[in-house]
Formats: sequence, structure tokens, C-alpha cells
Amino acid sequence: MRYLPLADTDRQEMLRTIGAKSIDDLFVDVPEAARLSGKIEGLADHASEMSVERQMGAMARQNMVAGEVPFFLGAGAYKHHVPASVDHIIQRGEFLTSYTPYQPEIAQGTLQVLFEFQTQVARLYGCDVANASMYDGSTACWEAITMARRVTKRGKAILSGGLHPHYVSLAQTMARFTGDRLDVALPELTAETDAERLLASIDGETSCVVVQYPDILGRITDLTPIAEKAHANGALLIAVVTEPVALGAIEAPGHMGADIVVGEGQSIGVGLNFGGPYVGLFACKEKFVRQMPGRLCGETVDAEGKRGFVLTLSTREQHIRREKATSNICTNSGLCALAFSIHMTLLGERGLRDLAVLNHARAVLAAERLAKVPGVELVNDTFFNEFTLKLPKEARPAVRALADKGILGGVSLGRLYPEAEALENGLVVAVTEVVTDEDIEALASALQEVLA
Amino acid sequence: MSINASGWKPEMGSGEGMEVQTFTGNRALMLEEPLIFEMDEAGGCGVDIAPAPKVTSRLGGLERKRDIGIPGLSEPQTVRHYTRLSRQNYAIDLGLFPLGSCTMKHNPRLNEKMARLPGFADIHPLQPIDTVQGALKVIADLGEWLVKLTGMHSVAMSPKAGAHGELCGLLAIRSALEARGDAREVILVPESAHGTNPATAAFCGYRVENIPATERGRVDLAALKARLGPDVAGVMITNPNTCGLFEPDMIEISKAVHEAGGLVYCDGANFNAIVGRVRPGDLGIDAMHINLHKTFSTPHGGGGPGSGPVVFSEALTPFAPLPFVEKQGDRYVLIEEETAEEHHGRTFGRMTAFHGQMGMFTRALTYILSHGADGLRQVSEDAVLNANYILRSLDDVLDAPFGNSGPCMHEALFSDKDFGGGLSTLDVAKGLIDEGFHPMTMYFPLVVHGAMLIEPTETESKAALDQFIGALRSVAERAKAGDASLKAAPIYAPRRRLDETLAARKPVLAWKEPTQGVAAE
Amino acid sequence: MSLYFTKEHEWIQVEGDIATVGITDFAQGQLGDIVFVEVPSAGTQVSQGGDAAVVESVKAASDVYAPVSGEVVEGNAALEADPSLVNTAPEGEGWFFKLKLSDEGQLEGLMNADEYKAFVDSQ
Ligand SMILES: Cc1ncc(COP(=O)(O)O)c(C=O)c1O
Repeated sequence: MRYLPLADTDRQEMLRTIGAKSIDDLFVDVPEAARLSGKIEGLADHASEMSVERQMGAMARQNMVAGEVPFFLGAGAYKHHVPASVDHIIQRGEFLTSYTPYQPEIAQGTLQVLFEFQTQVARLYGCDVANASMYDGSTACWEAITMARRVTKRGKAILSGGLHPHYVSLAQTMARFTGDRLDVALPELTAETDAERLLASIDGETSCVVVQYPDILGRITDLTPIAEKAHANGALLIAVVTEPVALGAIEAPGHMGADIVVGEGQSIGVGLNFGGPYVGLFACKEKFVRQMPGRLCGETVDAEGKRGFVLTLSTREQHIRREKATSNICTNSGLCALAFSIHMTLLGERGLRDLAVLNHARAVLAAERLAKVPGVELVNDTFFNEFTLKLPKEARPAVRALADKGILGGVSLGRLYPEAEALENGLVVAVTEVVTDEDIEALASALQEVLA
Repeated sequence: MSINASGWKPEMGSGEGMEVQTFTGNRALMLEEPLIFEMDEAGGCGVDIAPAPKVTSRLGGLERKRDIGIPGLSEPQTVRHYTRLSRQNYAIDLGLFPLGSCTMKHNPRLNEKMARLPGFADIHPLQPIDTVQGALKVIADLGEWLVKLTGMHSVAMSPKAGAHGELCGLLAIRSALEARGDAREVILVPESAHGTNPATAAFCGYRVENIPATERGRVDLAALKARLGPDVAGVMITNPNTCGLFEPDMIEISKAVHEAGGLVYCDGANFNAIVGRVRPGDLGIDAMHINLHKTFSTPHGGGGPGSGPVVFSEALTPFAPLPFVEKQGDRYVLIEEETAEEHHGRTFGRMTAFHGQMGMFTRALTYILSHGADGLRQVSEDAVLNANYILRSLDDVLDAPFGNSGPCMHEALFSDKDFGGGLSTLDVAKGLIDEGFHPMTMYFPLVVHGAMLIEPTETESKAALDQFIGALRSVAERAKAGDASLKAAPIYAPRRRLDETLAARKPVLAWKEPTQGVAAE
Repeated sequence: MSLYFTKEHEWIQVEGDIATVGITDFAQGQLGDIVFVEVPSAGTQVSQGGDAAVVESVKAASDVYAPVSGEVVEGNAALEADPSLVNTAPEGEGWFFKLKLSDEGQLEGLMNADEYKAFVDSQ
């Protein structure tokens, strides 16, 4: 067994040191009734590296790989090109195989990365401070809602219909148990977002308004009026960003008055990975920092006065505050945060802006081309790199038919909102820098065939 | 002969013990590294992005007006920056990492290779089901291993880490109780529990009460029984517990809780001690999370990501979260909201976007297939053997508060009893750093004064253990002798002790441009 | 003016019907460097034994209970900017809050300075 260094002679010698006759002596506390004597049925024995590679490889080959076909899926997870150096660096053992930096003197590498990451996220979002990551965008979103409850001491959250349905669904799950009240709505297949509904719903009991930017259908709304109305009523504005690349092109939510900005960081550095692991980004105004969930890295000095970094304000966290902690999160998404940070460093101001411009341009070209397919309508007036088409028939079977033709053509609203008939003809199409002109042409003509 | 004096003569030099203040602040391979914000040469960039075709903007007039303020570096600068930083970290790849409760075992590189196969790494979570059959099979196969290894009835794969798994288990418990019209409010948690246990219980609306430990470091069964009643929804018991001990009364605890109408959550963070030797299902529990990043070797990555699948008893299975994978004939389907009613009407719902930590599933399954059932059992045995070897090799110099009550499981626990000169567990930890080891977990569990929790894992050879034991013995002896030099440790790390008080009093959580000269905007 | 102490290591200085509350020198020594204090704002009603303030060191957070019931008339704003006052002057500038007593009878159950000293010594 290649991962186990002990030899049988070592084991015997160690048992002698311990004063045990056999390994069974070390398991004496296990009650008789719970001891397994034989093997568990139906489980294979150990296998060579080559054999495991074959088994895993066979499963991998049964999947249609995004990079090998015309690919247009988004809705909370985006395919961007990740520079080769990102994956190289995150595989360095000193990052990959280290733990949470609880001993700062021998974890300055991770800690400085976290400090840089926090600064990058805060600036991208237009906020003062960001934490060292959450699991993903959806859990970060719920954490933001509970944080708003702590800050405002109110329990009613208004969720925009443009918020990712999985994020809504998770909030609904949790709210059932925590007693938070959620005001939710389905999106409508129109160019207008539900900003009017949000404005009309804010009142003196509202803890927060949660708005996705750009939203699930790709639409972009000015958050400023919502922030103003929320603040006038003592409520917070939470902005949710599922596509961080967009912020290379459009105004940061923090600059439009958002109090808390959360989102998914997967687009930058992480890759699709069938939905996880991803990286939740969480930022807010400085005055709320003691209500934040998750780890925070801060600057300090060592005994010789040299600059260094430590995890700080830990009294918010579960390991110290236990049932009074701001969150139960412990393990977060450290390595994905590193990947995000490296990719962001490679991009820099110029790279991120250029990338955003390119994404937007390719999306505009695609939208114009696809809107020319007979029967297809472009729903959006505004969008960044993702927009919604209204097909002349149900989109979900159309997506399957496109897949049969070797094209991953988008996310149907039927998949996202299985019960909403009014949405079933909607197809959300994401177009990033990886999409070529040929891909757009291929989708347009396949769509035409499928709809015929 | 002709003397050629143009070469150079190696010389040993002199100047023993001299300290030189270098110009750079570097010390040979120990390199100081500025922040990216201090390195930025305006407009730096490490990617080449194709020029964008000209189009009419559809951004709705919300174009970003001001700079983001993030620096960019070329690829060589970037690689060097992070490589230099990486060298300031300790890691399993460098040596023994005895962080108790965290299970720092070797992270096989085959796991990494498999997780990066494009068929796993480059697929979108919302692709049509028929285009991801292999991915669903990975989830189903891993789930089946977990169910069989734990002797439970079903598994929820979507939780993102241990704490998220705890949440999953408690939400199922609450749903099951509510389904029978029983709104109980209290969760009992042992004093020794990990902080996530009480935090999770509170996070989903429960009130938390502590149950005391016995002198032998176990749950006090009598106290537990005395507290059970119609308001108690359940208990959260860690087994093996956070003192590194098996809870011998577990079957009876489960029975008592069930009789009182409650349910049993088991924190399975320490499952690595018993895989293949004990099935938690045989202990009468209702739900347990498994940290794939502990027991099944997925890397900790400096803090995450992890993955925390939860196994359920038959009673809790109907309440498990969405989505989940089901085999229908020879095809795998993903049960999301759409079909939930018919299949799974009592589910408590979704707890994350998409379907869980796929990248961790491929790694964990690779590890499981590599070890197989026989290997996994050997893994637990070696982990327990290594911990007991440490316990018995050091219990003459360090106080082992539960050492007299028999063997430990996968971790050895010591206290700071008899340290002299005002020295503490912290000082011992910092002393170990100078010896080239990552310290053990300190001050956890809370039930032992100055706790030092040492988990060697099966990864360590006897030689590595012996070296560690020698080092800790030496530092412990210094602590008992009141050797004040320990207060200065670490001396040889990239940084001396850091001022955590300053960090907390005046938090600096993001870099700001120095404001010298020009007034800030 | 009279000074009282509690078993939770709080001191109470009473002048008229106004009580000033802080934590004792012994308590701050046990806690170590104080990094953050959250004091109640004026107008808050507190009741004897209930949570009134939070005091945090780097690795611990402790609740401060109201030693007597009443309405808070002032929280010590200086602690926000400089929590170390609790370490340097626990029984002076490092006071936590002042409250208007609602039941002076509650003072009777508290310790005087000598009794508190004996209590600490016995710990
Ligand atoms: C005993 C115990 N329970 C729960 C957890 C929480 O797991 P995670 O960090 O994966 O959320 C841990 C991990 O640190 C643990 O050691």
C-alpha cells in the first residue's frame, strides 16, 4: 500500500513500546456489538495507481467536455480561460498541503495571499473590507442575509426575482428554520428587472434587499435608487455578483451604495468543476466588520517590528464564540481564493478591463446573431456577457436536442424554474472570451434546425 | 611547472556567529516579499487578451467610471511572487503536521491528476444530464462507498465542508421532528465539542446546552440522561471524540436519546480512526458528516475547500436535502426540484447552489479506490497505532489527562501541567516550530487545561515519529524546567511571534496606499 | 458614594441613584489584553444577571452581566477608541456603563471591597 510507510516489523515494535499485544488492544473501547470482524461486503480491495487511473479515466470520458464543444452555459458558473501558471502555483505543496494559518510564524505565505485577496475583492466590489472566503456564492448570499438581520435587528428580507434560483432556494430552506421572512418573486421574461417591485416593498421592517447584478437573466440595473430607498428605511442593500468579470466593465455595487456585496468567484481562476469547489466572496462596509462571517486576515508586526499577517477578529468565529458566533463556517475555500488571487494578479487592472470588454463584445455579437434565428427573441435591453432568449417553444428539450448535436447551447429556464410555465421558453446564453465566431454560427444554425 | 593563479580557491572563511544586516532584508533562501500592491508597475499584465470587436454597448450606461485599483504583474513576476510566498509556509509535503482533529495526512498526487481530467474539471453543473453520466457515476460510487463504510442508509453529497454537513444533519433532524409535530428547541452538545457544533445548532435556530464530560474524558451518560426530555431535539456527539477517545457508551447514548424522542447527530470529523473497524451505523446514530478533507485525503489547501457529505439513518432519509443522484436503470439522474415531489416529498430542500464539491469527490474516490477496503482498514489501524505510540512515548514527560484510562484512538492529548517559569502550551508550540515541526492543536478541546492535541496520522513512518517525539520531549523538558528562552520562540521562522493584540485593536484588513505627501482624495 | 463587587468580577460605584459599572483589576488580569468592548447605549434596559456588555481579548469573548437592574444612562464611548483602558485603568477610566438604579435593594446582595478580596483570594 503505497501511502503507508509503516512496515510490519515497525508495527510490532511500536505495539511493544505501547504495551499492547495486538492492534485489537487499541480498540478495546469499542463495544463488542459495534466491532467489525470481517470485511464489509461489496467493496473492492486496494488497487495500483495505473488501475485507478483507468477506472477514473473511464468515468471522465463519459462526460461532454466544455472545452471541446461550442459552449454557452452560465447561470452562476462561467467558463473562462485560466492561465496555466495559476494551476501550477496552486499545486505547490506549500499551498496545497498546508492548513488554515493558525500558526502565523510558519504560514506567512498563505496569510499574505489572504491579505492580498481580501484587498482585491474589496476593491473589485467597491467595499472597504472583504473576508478570506466563503464556500460559494450561494452560501455567502445567505450569510449576508443573516448578517443584515444582526445589523438591523429586523427579520424581513426582500429578494429580487433576478436572484439565482438556487440562491433563493437555499435562503428559503434556511429561513424556514430561522424564522426569517423572505419576500420572493419569480423573474419575468421582460427587459425590465423587478426594481419597481423592490422599491415598493421596502418598509420599516425590512432588514435587507437582495439584488443580483447582473441578474439571472443577464439584465443590469442601477442599484443606486434601491440603496437610497433601503437606507432611508434603515435597511441594507445586499448586492450579489455571480460573474465577477462583469465588474471589469460595470460600476462596482459598493460604489452604488450596497452595504454588503457577496458573490461567486469561480469565474476568475477556478474553472467549472461541475459546480464545486468554488469560492464565495464576501465584502462590506467597514462599520459592519464585527458582524461579518468567516475568517479575516489582518496586518500586524512581529516581535522584531517586521510586518506580518495574522488571522484576526476571531472572537466572531465558532472556535471562540461557539453558539454566539456570526457563522458556523470553519473550513472555507482557501485554495480557490488563492487561484482567484493569482488570476487577478495576472490580469491586473488592464487585463480585467480588457477581458470584460472582450466578453461584452462577443456577447453582443452573439445576441445579435441569435436574435436573427427565426422565432427567437432577445429578452434583454441590457446585459454583460449573458442574455436571455425567448424561443418559440419550450427551451429545455431544445437544449437537449442541441446537446445531441454536440453543442452545449445554454441553460434553459425550465431547468432552473421547473414549475414556472411562463418561463419555460427562456434560454439563458453566456458568451465569454472562449466562444469563437464559429461557435456562435454553429449554435445559430443548430438552434434554427432544432426549432424548425 | 607553470603556476596558473587565475582560478579561485575555495575557503571556509571565518566569522562564526556573526549576524549581518543584509541590504535586502533577505537571508539567503529566506526571502522577503512585498505585497502585489507595492510591486505594481502601472499597467502590468500577465495575460494576452485578444482585441475586442467594436460593438454598441449594452451596459445600460452603467460603465465603470473609476479605476478598480488592482495591480497586475507579468507572468514571471507572478510566478516568482507566489513561489516566494509559498516558501514561508509549513506543509505536509515538508514534514509531520500533527494538528489534532485536522487530520493532516498525505495528499496523494494521483488525486490531483484525476480531479484535473477535463471530463471532471471542465464540465458545467447545469449541462444536460445525459452529457455528464460519468460525473454522476463518480458521485453515486463515492456515495455508495460512504454508505457501506458507515453502515448507514443513505447519503447527502452536497454539503461543502464539515460545518455545512452538521447543518445538513440538524436540518434533517428538525424536519423529521416537525413532520411529527414535535417542535423541540434544545440541542445538547458536550463541553469538549468542536466550536462548529454549537455554532451550527444556533445557526439553524436551536438553543444549545452543554453536557459535561467525565473524568475519563467521555460524555457523562448519567448527566445526559438526566437532561433528556420533551424539549430536547437531539444530541451532537463526536465519536471518536475530540479528546481522541472512543465513546464506549455510544450505543446506550443513542438508545436513551431515541427513547426520549430525540435524534442523534454524530460529528464524524474523526471517522478516520475507525474506518473499516467500526460502522457508525451500528452505534445507533441518525446522521453523521464525513470530512472528505480529513478522512479521505483531499488537500486542505491552506484553509479549504473541503467537502462534508452526510450519511443518514433510514428514519432521516426522507428528509435529506436536494439535489441527489439516483440510478434509474442503467442511467444516472439528478433529482433537483422538478421531480422532488414524487420522489422525495419531505426533503428539507436545497442547501447550496449546484450539487456539491465535485473536485473533492473525484479526489476522495481516487483515494478510496487506491486503498480499497483492506487498505482503508489498515489506514485506521496505523493512525491509531501512531497516536498511541506518541502517547506512550511521551506520557512520562507530559501529563496525559486521560492516559490512565486506556489507549487513545487517532490522537494523543496532553495538558500543560507542571510547566515551570510561567511557560505555557503556546510556548511549547512555538518551540516546536524552531525544531522544524508544525505545532499540535493547542487549547482545544476546552476541557483540558492548556490542551495539546497531537494527531500524527498514518502518513508518518516510525523514524519520523521518533524524531518528532525527540523534539517534543526536548521542548517539554525545557518548559518544565522553566527555560525562559522558549518565550522568545520561534527564532528561526520567517517571522518572530506576531502581535495579535495590535491586529485586533486596530484592524488593518486591506492594503491602503500610503498617504504621505499628497492629500488623500 | 459606595463601592460594591460581584462574584462575576464587576465593580459598582453608586452615587445617588446612578451606578457606574466596570470589571475589576483581577478580571482584566485574567482576560489579558483587551481588544474590544461593546457597551450598551443609553436608554437600554438591563436586568440583574442579564447580558449587558461584551469584553473581548484576542482569543476570548466574555459577557458582562448587569450587576443590578436599571436603565443605562451612558456607555463609555472612550472604550471604543481605546479598549486598553480596561487593562490600564479597570476601576477608573475603563468603566463600562452607568445606569439609573431601578431597585436599590439589589445592592444589598453584593460584596464590599474586603469581601471581594477574600473571595478572589479563595479562588
Ligand atoms: C471535530 C470537528 N468537527 C467539525 C469540524 C468542522 O469541519 P469543517 O472545518 O470541515 O467545517 C472540525 C474541523 O475542523 C472538527 O475537527
